[in-house]
Amino acid sequence: MQTVTEKLEGMDVWIYHGQINIPNTYSAGAVGSRFLIELRDKKRIMGTRCPACNRVYIPARSICKDCFGQLDEWVEVSSKGTVLTYAIDYEVKPIQPVEHPIIYGIIQLDGADTGFVHMLGEVDPEQLRVGMRVQAVFKKEREGNILDIKYFKPLA
Amino acid sequence: MAERVGIIAVAQTKYHPNRTDVNEEELAYEAIKQVLEETGLTLSDMDSAVTCSQDFLDGRTISSMNIQHVVGAHLGHEDNISEDGINAVYAAMGQILSGHQHIVLVEAHTKESQGDKSLIENAAFDAIFMRQLGLDFTSAAALQARRYMYKYGITAEQCAKVVVRNHANAKNNPFAQEPMDISVDDVLGSKMLISPIRLLDTKPISDGACAMILAPEGKVKKLTRKPVWILGASNCYETHYLGDRDLADCDALVKAAQKAYNMAGITNPLRQIDVAEISTEYSYQEPLWLEGLGFCDQGEGGKLVDSRATKMGGKLPVNPSGGVLPGNPNGVAGMARVAEAVLQLRGEAGDRQVKGAKVALTHGYTGICGQHQAVMILGNM
Repeated sequence: MQTVTEKLEGMDVWIYHGQINIPNTYSAGAVGSRFLIELRDKKRIMGTRCPACNRVYIPARSICKDCFGQLDEWVEVSSKGTVLTYAIDYEVKPIQPVEHPIIYGIIQLDGADTGFVHMLGEVDPEQLRVGMRVQAVFKKEREGNILDIKYFKPLA
Repeated sequence: MAERVGIIAVAQTKYHPNRTDVNEEELAYEAIKQVLEETGLTLSDMDSAVTCSQDFLDGRTISSMNIQHVVGAHLGHEDNISEDGINAVYAAMGQILSGHQHIVLVEAHTKESQGDKSLIENAAFDAIFMRQLGLDFTSAAALQARRYMYKYGITAEQCAKVVVRNHANAKNNPFAQEPMDISVDDVLGSKMLISPIRLLDTKPISDGACAMILAPEGKVKKLTRKPVWILGASNCYETHYLGDRDLADCDALVKAAQKAYNMAGITNPLRQIDVAEISTEYSYQEPLWLEGLGFCDQGEGGKLVDSRATKMGGKLPVNPSGGVLPGNPNGVAGMARVAEAVLQLRGEAGDRQVKGAKVALTHGYTGICGQHQAVMILGNM
């Protein structure tokens, strides 16, 4: 690790530049993994339905937030949906997966009861509206990742 | 509550964009020293300490490990909270009500200037489904702001008015970081960061610390002539995945407020509460949180901030201190609201004093789009 120590001008204070680099592995869990595999292999967006409250969760998950019941009924939802909200990020940040400005959106997919957090693309920010109909654009090379969906674009 | 819990002393550092002149323990010491001097107590009089700091913001694992000697926890009891400091006050209250701890020191500190706020916030999102999108708290807040403004017709002008009023109030607050002389047009003309949020809709990077001493009713009267009592307190979590909730509403805050009101015997918040200090890192949050707190109906927050009610001299002055927008660090912000309310209820708030304030509401939140909400009601009777 390269470190630099600088003395602040006009002050007897030394500033140490450090960085903590800690690799980590994160399990998507059994249900999250199947969701990602379906995205990769079949370009299908899968949810799970709660038998008690009937809510269809996207992305699929194993436990209902309200009922605490285990969810094992799989449901395919549409790759088309409606924009619930969006945000246009003009800031350049190292964490962003695509070039800026990046447009975030929450999309209510047809057949789902929760919103899907992702990005919007192929759209003029000026033309964007809450309520706009959009559809998923999948990447050609998919690897079992939320970014296997490139973004959502307006329906023609 | 079985026995009442009182706050006998509060202190804040002046909030600052970059306290390179001190490290974390020295920053905490500044606030702690003041509450000890005010009460004449020493660290050895403390039965326990509750501290609040966030590991990523502090840049170290288990961020309370380097401040033990300034909170009296060298060979003593300490618990650490990683949410907002208002939850540290809550935890201290619980310790006292247990009967096992009596005089408790509460401390929160954050030096936002030392880390990369956007990177740290990004790491708060779940690793599989949201973090990889590159979201941070401001981009998530922009999603919430747009949804709220769309659903209830809240305007950018109404949000800008919140900024202008908070900055104007902050001029009367000696602890305020950057009170600005600004107009609605200045806010609406400031740089667009993440549409619909502009630069002046947010707070600047901030460093600071806050400290308090709490004690049970039996001991309070020997320690201060101006006790302030915790009348009610609660907190509530929302789900983490942003798509699971309608971001235009704040159900967790509604629940936290209702529980705190029940404890405090408040049935009509607008009539029974004299002053409110609420945490708003983004301007749209003030009308939204005011709805959640029951000061108006759902969707009516814009009208409330348009009215005279929330100004100094109004029916419910909101943030006489200027609140978080002129600059308060995450983690300290909500606890600073409690400290400000204590000054109000002791009649020691100087130029920002709400005359005759007897009951105050304080609010803090942690995380993405107000995922964790906390409400504390204080009184001086």
